[in-house]
Amino acid sequence: MKEFEAGCQRPKGQPKPAAAEPAVVQEVQKGEERKMIQVGKPAPMFSAPAFYQGKFVEVDLEEYKGDWVMLCFYPGDFTFV
Amino acid sequence: MSVDSVFVHKMWNDHELSKMLDGKDIPFPMLSDQNGNIGRLYGVYDEESGTETRGRFLIDPDGIVQAFEVMTPPVGRNVNEVLRQIKAFQLVREAKGTQVTPAGWQPGKKTLKPGPELVGNVWKEWNPKQDLDK
Repeated sequence: MKEFEAGCQRPKGQPKPAAAEPAVVQEVQKGEERKMIQVGKPAPMFSAPAFYQGKFVEVDLEEYKGDWVMLCFYPGDFTFV
Repeated sequence: MSVDSVFVHKMWNDHELSKMLDGKDIPFPMLSDQNGNIGRLYGVYDEESGTETRGRFLIDPDGIVQAFEVMTPPVGRNVNEVLRQIKAFQLVREAKGTQVTPAGWQPGKKTLKPGPELVGNVWKEWNPKQDLDK
């Protein structure tokens, strides 16, 4: 996890080109059927900016190989449940 | 992970979540996916609302997705069920195919040994009355 300087530019989360096949992202257009990933298959790799223990850091899923990972998505901060 | 910025994550941690943790910070990274690209990769980005649904993915030490659960926004998740699943996946991984965990399995409870002898005989080993938690 690398710390980064908080600037005014929006930091962007990035799928990793090698494993993530960016083509998948482009395929998903509005109105098209959404693609679900499959169990038993490799998780799409990515890196993303994060807030962690008072710092802004870059998190790379690749660095968690060897550990069990729970990845959670949610609709937004301050949503109630 | 959500489409919120890391700045908003900090505010949510500082002003609400840490108050549920006796003033301590959230013990895991709060990830930001502002353009939704990672959510799209995992199939949980909702183009209409511009947000991500409640998707939860378990990824094993080899980077393989072992489980996921996706829910609409108004129902919260159950951490105990996630921990139960992680323990079950750890057990079967360790056992290298010699053991499986039946429905409702809890840590310490009986596992099943798959094989020709078990075919048609699960009823002798596993009974919903005794082996399912109420």
